[in-house]
Amino acid sequence: MGECPVCGAKVPVGQGAVEGELLACPECGTELEVTGLNPVTLAEAPQEEEDWGE
Amino acid sequence: MPAKIRVSIVGGSGYAGGDLLRLLLGHPQVEVMQVTSERFVGKFVHSLHPNLRKRTLLKFVSQEELTSCDLLFLCLPHGSAMGKIDRFAGLAPRLIDLSADFRLKNPADYDRWYGKPHARPELLPKFAYGICELHREAIRKSNWVSSAGCNATAVILGLYPLFKNGLADKERTVVEVKAGSSEGGNSASDASHHPERAGCVRSYRPTGHRHAAEMIQELGFGKELAIHFSATSIDMVRGILATCHVFLKRAMAEKEIWKVYREAYGEEPFIRIVKEREGNYRYPEPKLLAGTNFCDIGFEKDPHSDRLVVVSAIDNLMKGAAGQALQAFNIMHGFDESQGLEFTGLHPI
Repeated sequence: MGECPVCGAKVPVGQGAVEGELLACPECGTELEVTGLNPVTLAEAPQEEEDWGE
Repeated sequence: MPAKIRVSIVGGSGYAGGDLLRLLLGHPQVEVMQVTSERFVGKFVHSLHPNLRKRTLLKFVSQEELTSCDLLFLCLPHGSAMGKIDRFAGLAPRLIDLSADFRLKNPADYDRWYGKPHARPELLPKFAYGICELHREAIRKSNWVSSAGCNATAVILGLYPLFKNGLADKERTVVEVKAGSSEGGNSASDASHHPERAGCVRSYRPTGHRHAAEMIQELGFGKELAIHFSATSIDMVRGILATCHVFLKRAMAEKEIWKVYREAYGEEPFIRIVKEREGNYRYPEPKLLAGTNFCDIGFEKDPHSDRLVVVSAIDNLMKGAAGQALQAFNIMHGFDESQGLEFTGLHPI
């Protein structure tokens, strides 16, 4: 189990996870990257953002 | 199998009464006995609520014909229930009033916000205020419940975690509600005539909206509080979107605000925190809530100031009226709170 760096939600990380694996936070939907396994650490994955007309 | 709870609806021809009847007909523990309407006595209820065709053959009766039952839902225009409350209390040991008549605890607030004194101020303490997430235990112990106003429900639920934890400035909260036309009830007027109403963004109460009294009551925790509230009617049938501008008393990161909302609502069956970075519905959207009892709440902290924008959405006829009342009914009777309220909405719609 990791913690989402954006919203603080508990994020399940499977036992077979590897560093660099991408997963999504179940609460805020942020795409996360597994950056460490012992202990589990997560970081925001880089992504292209929509600009919504801005 | 235990006997069903026998309920009747007083004032069932309006939109809230119709939605409540729809819910009650699908509730496994409820038997609907009577539905009143003085204007439509003798007509099938589905003549007014066509979605109920083939669901019931009930006909509207007069209030004079009401017989005793286990619980009465009062869906009368504001000001009606307080004058007849003794008769209703004599017909049923439990009452749930969907009007504004018993929402405010301070009798003087009726003079201030409704323009006339309350007819039965001594009864106000007997009613539990009907927002279940705030008053679950009081509702469980009470025989009389007063359902909250629809705009008030959206705003109170959106802001409650902040004010409960003393995080928001009590002088500077500004709220703008965009509301659907069903808030105005089912009586036609010149203003609701289609060529006049269609496409409108109508500022119908920039100041002085009565529901602000409920917001102050529930968010002030007994102290002075200013909620600068405006309501705008938009081209939508069901739904409320409340955009609340709150000024934080101290610097807070979004992650900390997430924690505040998660602690308040993490276990609540009908409240969802909606705040996502991508997709078509990144923040609460009333359209998705039509027919559901959900209140969706999102927020964004202004990185350049101490302003926090909280966005809250509900279906005004559901979480803002009939759904809220049925949730309270379930709590009063020890039923699963979600019973009869399982509909999760439609997408696309």
